[in-house]
Amino acid sequence: MAEAQAATNGGAESGGGLELHPLAQFELKTYIPIHIGDLNLSFTNSSLWMFIAVAIIFALMTLPTRGRSYVPGRVQAVAEMLYDATANMLHQATGRDGRPYFPLVFTLFTFLLVGNLQGMIPGAFTFTSHIVVTFALAIAVFVGTTAIGFVRHGAGFFKFFMPEGAPLWTAPLLVLIELISYISRPVSLSLRLFANMLVGHTMLKVLGGFVFALGVAGVIPLAAQVAVTALEFLIAVLQAYVFAILSCIYLGDALHLH
Amino acid sequence: MDVEAAKLIGAGLAAIGVIGAGIGVGNLWASYYDALARNPQAKNDIGATIWIGFAVTEAIALYALIVALIILFAF
Repeated sequence: MAEAQAATNGGAESGGGLELHPLAQFELKTYIPIHIGDLNLSFTNSSLWMFIAVAIIFALMTLPTRGRSYVPGRVQAVAEMLYDATANMLHQATGRDGRPYFPLVFTLFTFLLVGNLQGMIPGAFTFTSHIVVTFALAIAVFVGTTAIGFVRHGAGFFKFFMPEGAPLWTAPLLVLIELISYISRPVSLSLRLFANMLVGHTMLKVLGGFVFALGVAGVIPLAAQVAVTALEFLIAVLQAYVFAILSCIYLGDALHLH
Repeated sequence: MDVEAAKLIGAGLAAIGVIGAGIGVGNLWASYYDALARNPQAKNDIGATIWIGFAVTEAIALYALIVALIILFAF
């Protein structure tokens, strides 16, 4: 009896709900198919929006600084603020040794920031909502910082996995825990950004479906929608910041070993 | 049990994980205001790190939501 009722409820819920699937926005559309052997290098909407992101960053960083005035204009002030924020972030996490890696961190931060923010444009594609993109970036940071650690400290880098001052007999357990936490870094780094973007945009679509379905009473979910949209803007900036600062912290670990 | 019904129940159960993140985020901001009340000058020092803590804690809720979404849509 209860089972039958649940089944009919389930059928009604999934059948008569939204016309557009809330996950349809994440669909990849191939614009220019490029296949090299088994490799699929097609130009998709994801690649298109990545190119747009790079173009926006390039324009923001080069055009307003052409004139190079002491009193910056509005756009130049934005570019300088971004630069300052990243430089501060890197300096706090790594100190002076981190200087050479500023271009990497700045590129990561601006790319993800613009990528997250342009996802808030209605109809735009959020390329950071695909785990392929975030995991590729995270694994690049992971492999890069590990390589830097080994180049700087040689075999001494393995000391990183044994906290200082811990008694020697705890080593087997501690090294195992540290190793697992080290290896899970790229997973948590990429999953955090991907999950935030995916769930945030899905939530916006689901709430939007409520507004549409409820008619006049849709004003109530509309108010929630406005609040959630504001929250999404905060999250878009915050997640790019968190990704960049965690990369800085990992870099600092590799440079200074704790 | 019908698969469709089991899916909905499973998604609902998966979303319970959000409770933990809710407690965590509440705890985080409670400690933040507690710290500010004790030492208002530390605001700038705490300012940046609190957001990292917030993002890391909030991500736990999203993992639960991802599981719920996978159960609902991917199977």
